[in-house]
Amino acid sequence: MSSTSSVSVKNLYKVFGRRPKDAVRKLRDGTLRSELGQHETAAVIDASFDVKKGEIFVVMGLSGSGKSTLIRTLNGLLEPTSGTVTIDGTDISGIPAARLREVRQKKVSMVFQHFALFPHRTVLDNAAYGLEVQGVPRPERLRRARRIVNIVGLDGWADKYPSELSGGMQQRVGLARALATETDILLMDESFSALDPLIRREMQEQLLELQAELGKTIIFITHDLNEAMFLGDRIAVMRDGRIVQIGTPEEILTDPANDYVAQFVQDVDRARVLTAATVMEPARAVVPLSAGPRGALRVMRDLQAGAAFVLGRDRTLLGVVSDRHVMRQVKSNETNLSLVINQEHASVPADAALVDLFELAVESPLPIAVIDDKRRLLGVIPRVTLLAALGNVPTNTTPTTVMEPVSIIPDAELDAMLATPEHTLTAASNEGTLA
Amino acid sequence: MIDEFRLPLGDIVSDGIDVLTETFRPVFDLIRLVLVALYEAVEFVLMSPPFWVIIAIAAALAYFVKGWKFAVGTIVGLLVIVGVNQWDNSMASLALVLVASAIAIAISVPLGILAAASTRASATIRPILDFLQTMPAFVYLVPALILFRVGVVPGIVATIVFAMAPGVRFTELGIRGVDKEVVEAGHAFGSSPWRILRQIQLPLAMPTIMAGINQVIMLSLSMVVIAGLVGGGGLGSDVVQALSRIDVALGFEAGLSVVIIAIYLDRLTAALSGKRRSVWTPWRRKASPTQAAPATAPAPAAATTDAPVGASL
Repeated sequence: MSSTSSVSVKNLYKVFGRRPKDAVRKLRDGTLRSELGQHETAAVIDASFDVKKGEIFVVMGLSGSGKSTLIRTLNGLLEPTSGTVTIDGTDISGIPAARLREVRQKKVSMVFQHFALFPHRTVLDNAAYGLEVQGVPRPERLRRARRIVNIVGLDGWADKYPSELSGGMQQRVGLARALATETDILLMDESFSALDPLIRREMQEQLLELQAELGKTIIFITHDLNEAMFLGDRIAVMRDGRIVQIGTPEEILTDPANDYVAQFVQDVDRARVLTAATVMEPARAVVPLSAGPRGALRVMRDLQAGAAFVLGRDRTLLGVVSDRHVMRQVKSNETNLSLVINQEHASVPADAALVDLFELAVESPLPIAVIDDKRRLLGVIPRVTLLAALGNVPTNTTPTTVMEPVSIIPDAELDAMLATPEHTLTAASNEGTLA
Repeated sequence: MIDEFRLPLGDIVSDGIDVLTETFRPVFDLIRLVLVALYEAVEFVLMSPPFWVIIAIAAALAYFVKGWKFAVGTIVGLLVIVGVNQWDNSMASLALVLVASAIAIAISVPLGILAAASTRASATIRPILDFLQTMPAFVYLVPALILFRVGVVPGIVATIVFAMAPGVRFTELGIRGVDKEVVEAGHAFGSSPWRILRQIQLPLAMPTIMAGINQVIMLSLSMVVIAGLVGGGGLGSDVVQALSRIDVALGFEAGLSVVIIAIYLDRLTAALSGKRRSVWTPWRRKASPTQAAPATAPAPAAATTDAPVGASL
């Protein structure tokens, strides 16, 4: 396994029943899950994946798909029937109970669906439980637990009992209990499923914040695809005990491995999952600043475009020039293109969700520029692309150049157009893109 | 043909007891000595101070676990016992109940834990409990008499055997009833099974276990009278005497004393099971002087079913 993966699962099978080993052999030989005898239930079939350090890996599937069984093999609550589970380089299948307990104390902690708090302990003592098991002295573990309890937003509730807290707060205690152990890996079994939708959203956002802050490796189980899409760096979709697809949320959405996944993802709010980077197209109408007005005009004319992005050194996006202004410069033998650059154009970072692009797309006559944190141009999103992405229609059937603002100025009319300098840039290009 | 055939089950058991008696005579003598010593020690503690000291202690205990009403009731009830001249008998019976219950609990709770931990153990223990619980209580007296001779010991032994079952059952039920996910959480954080038992299963099962202990004590009390048949002394011997002499007055007074002690012990243990957080988990530091959390299960209804009278003290 590579040094960057913290959890690695190889050909994992988990079969419940009388003769699990036989069932695994049959499954390997191609027997279907439904064809196994009545006495054996295959919960996980041939699962393999690697979870990288600091990644949120979501396992998604409907109930009965084996996801809860799968997560329980990752900390040895269930022993795999066949295959290996490697945690931070340690193969935990078949190791002695004492070693396994050590792995659970130091490497992996868990947050449960129904919170599984200890009702006879206060919030603080709940949070300190993992440290207590590790043998951390009482003052020390209470100090550390109190810090975590504050981080998850429960300051002032430390001395209450779980029954005095609301569901969302109880799960924060569950989260605090898992975080307090300072293990690198966090297993979350449908942790937010029992919460109200609003609280759930809040918890998801908090989890992402914590993740950004603490850099845990999180394996998250859910049956809620929107939750999976929102949280997951990568998602494994499970069906009937098998992992049918592993990929980023965008990959799952845009390139479902089979009809099952496709059916599953059809109700997803694509605008919230897809990012600018996934739908953007290469920008064609670009000119380096050094090309000058003549170069710019040539590019625009070649592409039939009414405007072009001007790039500085290292593809830094400087702004937009319109054919009209460039032509005026050419006419007056001006050589400095930077004089006519319009900097007021729409640009977004690569990880912006599509839902945030609509307003810009409506207001901007030009395709939206996608830039990185050094303002380098990565690509552009014309309106048609935006709409196609939402409808999951492939955009590659139409040439992208058509989507650039089309120049409405025929070569022959160049001089005629130059004669009407009052014509503004915005008016002209509005007509161009709306056509 | 069928008339002549007879399954010699009784003879087999009888012979078995004979063999047991012959072979393990020293063992039974030792058990007898230990039980006598225990009984006499407890009896000494209860009988040597004047009656009002014991009443004061009982009332203080009542006040501590439940409140002043219970304390007043305790004082009145125990004074009635003194008034009908059954104090010494009552203390002798109480000593027998305490010794027998303590031993029954000491055996049954670990057995219950074992039964909860292993399905196989549970499958083995369950039919034995069924047997112990349904066999008429008198029957235990016969082998107990043979093994331990006349006196207080066969009474104690028969009481232990008879009263043990609910202790085992309730403990198993209580531990099995603890939320699976909570136990799983213990495992997930790397706790040892022992720690999970001590810190999670037992505290959470405690209300149910206490209900079982309450039942053990009540069953022990019901055996006190029967123990009187084999020379157990105390209230039992007076009841047996009253029966043989058709003495209504003596029978009523001794019987009423049993009732009063039964109600006192029942209310006391029932109150303890409700107060588990402060009383039964001494290792847990009280974070704040909070009342028992609202989620605490109310004392199971079973806790009070054996109270001979509905009136609360």
